[in-house]
Amino acid sequence: MEEGTWNEVVWCRDTFVIFISDFRRDGCHSCQEAGSSQKARRLRCWFSRTRMYHKKALWKFMGKKTAKTEKPKKKITVEKEIKGDKNGGKRTVYLKKRTKSYPTSNRVNRHPSKKCFSDHRRKFRKSLQPGTVVILLAGLHKGKRAILLKNLPSGLLLITGPFTLNGVPLRRIHPNFVIATSAKVNISKIKGLKSLDDKYFKRVKAKRAKKDDGEIFAAKKEVYKPSEQRKADQKNIDKQTLKAIQRLKGDACHMRKYLCTMFGFRSSQYPHRMKF
Amino acid sequence: MPFKRFVETGRVALISDGPNKGKLCCIVDVINQTRALVDGPETGVPRQGIRLNQIHLTKFRLRFPYTGSTRVVRKAWKEAKLDEKWAASKWAGKMEAKKKRAELTDFDRFKLNSARSTRNKLRTTAFLHLKRLNKKSKTAKKDAKPAKKPAAPKKAK
Repeated sequence: MEEGTWNEVVWCRDTFVIFISDFRRDGCHSCQEAGSSQKARRLRCWFSRTRMYHKKALWKFMGKKTAKTEKPKKKITVEKEIKGDKNGGKRTVYLKKRTKSYPTSNRVNRHPSKKCFSDHRRKFRKSLQPGTVVILLAGLHKGKRAILLKNLPSGLLLITGPFTLNGVPLRRIHPNFVIATSAKVNISKIKGLKSLDDKYFKRVKAKRAKKDDGEIFAAKKEVYKPSEQRKADQKNIDKQTLKAIQRLKGDACHMRKYLCTMFGFRSSQYPHRMKF
Repeated sequence: MPFKRFVETGRVALISDGPNKGKLCCIVDVINQTRALVDGPETGVPRQGIRLNQIHLTKFRLRFPYTGSTRVVRKAWKEAKLDEKWAASKWAGKMEAKKKRAELTDFDRFKLNSARSTRNKLRTTAFLHLKRLNKKSKTAKKDAKPAKKPAAPKKAK
């Protein structure tokens, strides 16, 4: 006998008689040999319908009827209104999605191929709070100390010397080229910083000379000259930062000198061993 | 010059390496040529064997019998007032100064330098002034003594 028929013998009572005859005819070699003891035991202990009737004490329940408990019917579908003229107005929709309504393949999530650099989120070191004195490490003013005014959304720092002390103008610099010291000046009272954003410092491109002018080879290199607007802003911010330095009281004189002097190492001084 | 500081029972030493670096301890017993039993009940050094190259010997020595218990060491330590003596020593002062110097910030360093330069200026002017006086007196009396340096004002930091 095959496995399938065994199962049927076990589970389907109605077909029992037929299979039991089959079983007697064939004998139970296969199942005993296979060692599927449970199935074999069941077959061996197979009782007639009458014996099962008594064994199960079915007489207890004969002629008795238990009242059916009515379960509240769960809704399977919902009627939804459909707008539009030729759409029939209504549609019955299954609450649970049928299998056929699922897509056969995974959906491909599309995302923008590139995030613009200007959209990046900027993180600054904790030490780079507005008002800290920083040591500049690169650029024209390297070695000088300056005051950090603002962290710009482009990821750059807005600094000023102040210009009257050490010649560092209002300027942007990348935080990698800066050492933050623990010296601080309270610049919370400085006004007019809002207008000094990235747009303010954007470079103005010089227009190309037309070919007709005949001055292609004699193109002059233009030297940077600060505009009147910048000069005015520098003056304004300098005045306020100097006042902020004065507010340090005991250290005001030292701080002025500190900002005036260049940074440098003496012998046997190593930046990784020092506190700034 | 003969040696004066020996690895011996009661010798106070400074631990220069390991987890107890920078703490004072006292040698209780010598284990072998390279190791000693050490205890520091007042400084938080547990009784332990330690390699001799991990300690620096100081000039202090406590008096107690060798292999004395922690209680004995503590008693001797307190009676000798070792903590006070150590704090008053130059060695401890130098260690303190080193620590302070390491903790200076950039601004502090600048302030220290400026204070030092002002002090040095004062000192040189005073020195030159005395030198000039000396020269004058020398010309007046040929057997004048050389001028003494004025006592230097203490460091700002």
